[in-house]
Amino acid sequence: MENTRRKFLKFTGISVLGLSSISIIDILNAKKAAAAADNSADPYAFPEKALTAERWGMVVDTRKLDTRINQKIIDACHTAHNVPDFSDPNLPGYSSANIRHKIKWIWDETYDHVFPEKADDFLADRLKKLPILTLCNQCANPPCVRVCPTKATFKREDGIVMMDFHRCIGCRFCMAACPYGSRSFNFRDPRPAIKNENKQYPTRMKGVVEKCNFCEERLAVGKQPACVEVSNGALVFGDLADPNSEVRKLLNKNYAIRRKQSLGTNPSVYYIV
Amino acid sequence: MNDRNYVIIGLVVFFAILTFPFWYNLGSASSAPELVLTKKAKEAEVCVEDADFMRREHMQMLNDWRDKVVREDKRTYTGKDGKQYNVSLSNTCMDCHSNKADFCDKCHNYTAANPYCWDCHTYPEVTQ
Repeated sequence: MENTRRKFLKFTGISVLGLSSISIIDILNAKKAAAAADNSADPYAFPEKALTAERWGMVVDTRKLDTRINQKIIDACHTAHNVPDFSDPNLPGYSSANIRHKIKWIWDETYDHVFPEKADDFLADRLKKLPILTLCNQCANPPCVRVCPTKATFKREDGIVMMDFHRCIGCRFCMAACPYGSRSFNFRDPRPAIKNENKQYPTRMKGVVEKCNFCEERLAVGKQPACVEVSNGALVFGDLADPNSEVRKLLNKNYAIRRKQSLGTNPSVYYIV
Repeated sequence: MNDRNYVIIGLVVFFAILTFPFWYNLGSASSAPELVLTKKAKEAEVCVEDADFMRREHMQMLNDWRDKVVREDKRTYTGKDGKQYNVSLSNTCMDCHSNKADFCDKCHNYTAANPYCWDCHTYPEVTQ
């Protein structure tokens, strides 16, 4: 009897020791694997020439805007990003109702449309007729990102509110949430309405929402946004978090306003009026 | 077991119908498509990774490329041989493999794969 209990205890003890050594081997193996993973470095890296910032922002100097320069800016943006133009009567299936399907990344509006809270009976004559460029405000607190059910719209670390067209399911919640009308929906296939396709940049397909992306694809290769490049100084682009940047210097010298600031979206596009 | 004969006949018919696609198509299998490489692709000799890896994993890799660029802004890919590539379907892949019909479509049609890349991404027009 005593002999059997003795044997049993010995056997149990050795078994426990043996089992615990397995876990030690596991830990050692895991450490080895982690070390191996460290050696094979991440093949993906940020582009070297990219412009970087803590928070990208833009200043629109309305004193330098007029119909001609606006059109130049709009054309530059829309050509660079393959934005379709449904207003061409030569398009197959053209109808005057196409205006409702208009896609816009940057466009111009009158003062009382851009700043409805600041519209005034006795507004300066210059502002009454001035076409003011508007675009996505790249808000620091973007309502479109909050409502997107698939995270197709998201805010990057540098403040750019981006669209991942691959993920967009076309629910248009973001369009309802955006207080600036900065988003357009592809009600129809955009491809036939793209005149000079920019092969460097993809088109969109029917059923996705699109908007200005602050030319993040150009920033990645060290270029300023397309609109800024052709604007003759009417648009200035830079880092809002850097006190020495061009945008901050402009804001320091001039009084600037933002669109519908009371909504708390914290836009990154400023207007010198 | 009075219905034994009926059961056996029923089973035979059932299995005949079940295996119908196999013996109907017996011997008529089409051969695997042969890819055509462009002159540029042949001269480059290596793709971003080796050919075997690309054959097996290109779909997963393209998914990774998409997410890295769009969501993380990581646009440079370093291959195993240390060469750096711009992470872009339209501008890097299609630069060498500009013959979409003979390179992409051949296998995709054969395997009935229907990727939606081309709904948005453009490919170079075939030059004669």
